[in-house]
Amino acid sequence: MADISIADLKTKAKIIRKEIITSTTAAGSGHPTSSLSAVEIATALFFGGMMRYDAKKPDWPDRDRFILSKGHAAPLLYAVLAEAGYFSADQLPTLRKLGSPLEGHPNMRRLPGVEASTGSLGQGLSIGIGHALAAKMDKKDYRVYVLLGDGETDEGQVWEAAMSAKKYQLDNLVAIVDQNGYQQTGPTAEVLDLRPQGPRWEAFGWFAQEINGHDLEAVLNAFEKAAQTKGRPSVILANTVKGYPLQDLLKADPNHHGKPLKADEAEKALALLDQMVT
Amino acid sequence: MATGKSTREAFGLALAELGAELNDIVVVDGDVHNSTRTEHFAKRFPDRFFNVGIAESNMVGVAAGLASSGKRAWLASFACFVMCNAYDQLRMSVAFPCLDVKVVGTHAGISIGEDGPSQMGIEDVSLACSLPNFTVVVPADEPSMTCAVRAIAKLKTPAYLRAGRPNVPIVYENGCDIQIGKANQLRDGKDVTIIANGLMVSAALAAADQLASEGIQARVLDMHTVKPIDEAAIASAAADTGKIVVAEEHLLHGGLGSAVAMAVVKQKPVPMRFVGLNDCFAESGPPEGLLQKYGLTAADIVRAAKELI
Repeated sequence: MADISIADLKTKAKIIRKEIITSTTAAGSGHPTSSLSAVEIATALFFGGMMRYDAKKPDWPDRDRFILSKGHAAPLLYAVLAEAGYFSADQLPTLRKLGSPLEGHPNMRRLPGVEASTGSLGQGLSIGIGHALAAKMDKKDYRVYVLLGDGETDEGQVWEAAMSAKKYQLDNLVAIVDQNGYQQTGPTAEVLDLRPQGPRWEAFGWFAQEINGHDLEAVLNAFEKAAQTKGRPSVILANTVKGYPLQDLLKADPNHHGKPLKADEAEKALALLDQMVT
Repeated sequence: MATGKSTREAFGLALAELGAELNDIVVVDGDVHNSTRTEHFAKRFPDRFFNVGIAESNMVGVAAGLASSGKRAWLASFACFVMCNAYDQLRMSVAFPCLDVKVVGTHAGISIGEDGPSQMGIEDVSLACSLPNFTVVVPADEPSMTCAVRAIAKLKTPAYLRAGRPNVPIVYENGCDIQIGKANQLRDGKDVTIIANGLMVSAALAAADQLASEGIQARVLDMHTVKPIDEAAIASAAADTGKIVVAEEHLLHGGLGSAVAMAVVKQKPVPMRFVGLNDCFAESGPPEGLLQKYGLTAADIVRAAKELI
């Protein structure tokens, strides 16, 4: 692990959360709560020494890949990529605006650091397998990380992908399921209950870990363990809270799916984040 | 016309040859390599061949990922399965990011015969043409398929290549040149133009012979590339012959006929007739019997041409 402290990572996470809230509220649309639940996961990967990348060389063949399969969490991806130096954070307020490369869902042809164009759920893990197979063929040691939503795992393609990743023993592939417990129309437990997911992935031949997805140390440890796992792919089932840590503010509508915070809510949210201990 | 190999067999052999020359070609399969003939590639290059099982959506996504990491990715399945089962994946994972993925749909059309409508790709060209960034190619025979594989391999963008199941007559007996987006004029004539692709090219030539015996001179164009369509050749045909018949082994909606008609009305509207599958599914039966029953023969082209004259 790089010489970055948990306190430093928490500071990064706070910056990213603020950008998510600010950019979606400015855009007047978007998915802030779906983005907020996965902040620690992305922060650990990009800033906790888990991923090898060079923001000045986004096409570097040996880079680790991060694929946002849950493409509606684009505000998270953009905030992370800006913080990592792929482009200026000055661009973040252009989210969803005409002419901006920061589209509503990620477009790999318009923005450096975006590894896949996503937004139609269920497709990112298959793409990740392609990258991981290419690494094996070329005897490269880069790793591939794919972030999925828990609702997204309703899609059959996810399980087609899970089966083939096991066949090819892709120990350079890590799936992370952001188990924030909600999908578009309600709790995942009501729409299509797939928990516990661990036994499902294990039955498909994966190494599964279930963790608190907001505990940075736990997240880092899980990535470390995944990296040490040989001969099979890894999945990290990250238990998260949709909209974290604004659940009290959003308690009238805890899902708050696909809706930005109103200006006054955003103001309160930013103040709340400032009060949080890092 | 002598009978040659099927276009799927020609594709499989050409792909394996290409694999020997380009070591960054990879092939993804949905467990139909003995049908699509990617088995020729698989036998020679097992390390570059990935059978992901009967899972077309994943097959397309895996190919997209391989292409994103710099491979020249090819995938093949039955035309109906890859285009209809994995259309969203072709749209989002391949077409939208404009990746170097070559999609081959075999068992296209109704000439697959006895297996019946569930296996017949009759809408694949229409679907492929509706994917931005895709080039769409429908070769007529063994030699032109061999050329087409090499031609689309040169593209860095996605392409759809259509292949058929049965052995088909050799149209290009003296070799051929397939240039993407450029029709091949196989016969000249002043009275009517027959524009065809795939299996219907040999039928168009037979129709032209029949028409010639009745004093009607037909121009025949092999419009192997449906997208981008050769607008210049179509404009010339309209100007020179004033009448156009389009023949394809595909639904009339959204296929070659639609593409030609759009080009015609942009340049010089002329009367047209369309030979193809008219808004219906076919059925099980021997290929020849099906082509006759569903109006996809030289006689049907002759009849359509005479309606215009």
